[in-house]
Amino acid sequence: MSATPNKFVVGLWDHEEVYLHAIEHIRAKGIEIYDSLTPFPVHGLEDALGYKESRLHTAGFFFGATGTTLALTFMTWVMTTNYPINFGGKPYWPLPSFIPITFELTVLFSAWGMTLTYLVRNKLWPGRVPRIYDKRTTDDRLALVFDAEKLTDAQITEIKGICTKEGAVEVKDKVFTEGE
Amino acid sequence: MDKNYTKITDDLVAPVERNSTMWWVATLLTGAGAAFFVFCLGWTVWFGIGTWGLNKTIGWAWDITNFVWWIGIGHAGTLISAILLLFRQRYRTGINRAAEAMTIFAVICAGMFPIFHMGRVWDAGFIFPLPNTRGPLWVNFNSPLLWDVFAISTYFSVSLLFWYSGLMPDFGTVRDRAKGKWRKYIYNLLSFGWQGSAKQWQRFESLSLVLAGLSTPLVLSVHTIVSFDFATSVIPGWHTTIFPPYFVAGAIFSGFAMVETLMLISRKLFNLEDYITINHIESMNKIIVLTGSIVGIAYLTELFIAWYSGFLYEQFAFYNRILGKYLWAYYIMMGCNVLSPQFYWIKSLRRNLYVTFILSIFVNIGMWFERFVIIVTSLADDYLPSSWAYFSPTWVDIGIYTGSISVFLFLFLLFSRFFPTIAIAEVKAIFRISSEVAKAERAKKENAAHGGFVGLQAVGPLDKDSKGN
Repeated sequence: MSATPNKFVVGLWDHEEVYLHAIEHIRAKGIEIYDSLTPFPVHGLEDALGYKESRLHTAGFFFGATGTTLALTFMTWVMTTNYPINFGGKPYWPLPSFIPITFELTVLFSAWGMTLTYLVRNKLWPGRVPRIYDKRTTDDRLALVFDAEKLTDAQITEIKGICTKEGAVEVKDKVFTEGE
Repeated sequence: MDKNYTKITDDLVAPVERNSTMWWVATLLTGAGAAFFVFCLGWTVWFGIGTWGLNKTIGWAWDITNFVWWIGIGHAGTLISAILLLFRQRYRTGINRAAEAMTIFAVICAGMFPIFHMGRVWDAGFIFPLPNTRGPLWVNFNSPLLWDVFAISTYFSVSLLFWYSGLMPDFGTVRDRAKGKWRKYIYNLLSFGWQGSAKQWQRFESLSLVLAGLSTPLVLSVHTIVSFDFATSVIPGWHTTIFPPYFVAGAIFSGFAMVETLMLISRKLFNLEDYITINHIESMNKIIVLTGSIVGIAYLTELFIAWYSGFLYEQFAFYNRILGKYLWAYYIMMGCNVLSPQFYWIKSLRRNLYVTFILSIFVNIGMWFERFVIIVTSLADDYLPSSWAYFSPTWVDIGIYTGSISVFLFLFLLFSRFFPTIAIAEVKAIFRISSEVAKAERAKKENAAHGGFVGLQAVGPLDKDSKGN
């Protein structure tokens, strides 16, 4: 994993509004933010970081549509072609009877498809060992991570200064040993 | 409330990190009950359904009553999580996680009854349209019982996804506080390696919103389809078009009551009074009085329509409920479901924990009797007087029912000991905008440190309708 950087500068904040403001200022200065970690979803963070809207819900729609199509086609095939049986004189293609199962399969496919896409895109799986820049980022600290390998010593000092000026309660270096 | 983020983490993770004798006692007791449940099911499989109190006339009794009762209880979780999320009701954050867990455990209990009622449980897989070697042989897609199979399994698995995706970040929090190596390893495994990066949270929010959107019609569809099991039949007392909305209201009613019963115990047991407040309880009691009254109107509508229809058999079914051999069950149902929630029109009773606890038990009992009345009284006296019968449960019936309550409590106790019972990240996310102390502190601190800086968003009166919740 030589492509993954191992040396970082980590700034820690304790207040989300100060943190959001800091991100705006840091990005306005043209400094690249490697990652941003928070203990809870911060409102407006993706806008401040300039992230595009997630396309997860679009994926959800297509998974749902797959479920709808599959349910209708399968029930039609069973009831009209593979196993046509006369149930008390009811039609062989009873569309109203198909509605509940079609609805359930739409929801089932959409939910599972979206969740699996979510796990894949977020790189989450049982047994994954994440890089913890600071343990408190799941408790009470909001962190900004900068890739120190791309930066000169002068730039690192500058970034640390900016973080402190923007209200960071702590700024530190974090080095991961290879393979961690 | 004098809180900050660390305090919230401490408070909410505490039950997971603490060992308690009370918990051990309760878990062992309910574990024994769960073992008895397994024993009774084993007995049923070994000796057959004849060990239950069913007879030729009453082929569905406690089993289906319990099934519908548990499914109803399972409705509150998704309702609280999904519908209240869509309506942005902030009070849900205190109770959603535990209510979702209840949904899952209740659906597990519910599923046991129809599966074991089938008799040959080892063939249970054939309720699904599986490819098989018996010629082309498929299930009947016209049957509401089959729709129910799809509805319940979809509901179970989607609720599981919704619940677990919300748990991952909180497992990350528990992991990062863990002292021991194994503890850290297990909670990391459970958290799927959660980090909490901005991109993860962005997708997390998108996922929760869409799952909430999907679960909302799903939760309504499930009990609608359960009601179709009865409504599409031709049994007087079942063949009623009012069933879908009436069942859904009843499900929400009983689900909220069960959430209250459990939350009142766990808030006391785990010192969560600051997170599950009297306001939460009051909001839930308002929903209980609303849905209880809807159920009451449904009972009266059924009676009126039975009389108004002029249809002899329909009239008989309902007169028989009120005046027949099961009248005791009918009046327990009416008393518990229709009369008891009316106390909640009075504010002081709505905010009284003892009253709430007692009434929540009443509602649980009443809703069980509702299903019993619908199912058993309609079957007991059918078109042919010579086949009229009375249902008496055997010890196996009673053992399976009480055992299922033990299974439910046992699973809930395991959950409350090892999983964070309150959504930690969600509580933190609304903390700044909902805590009065935090608001005052913010204004003061920001004026001092940043010269009147008030953040990116306009800070107006942060009431519950303001932006940013």
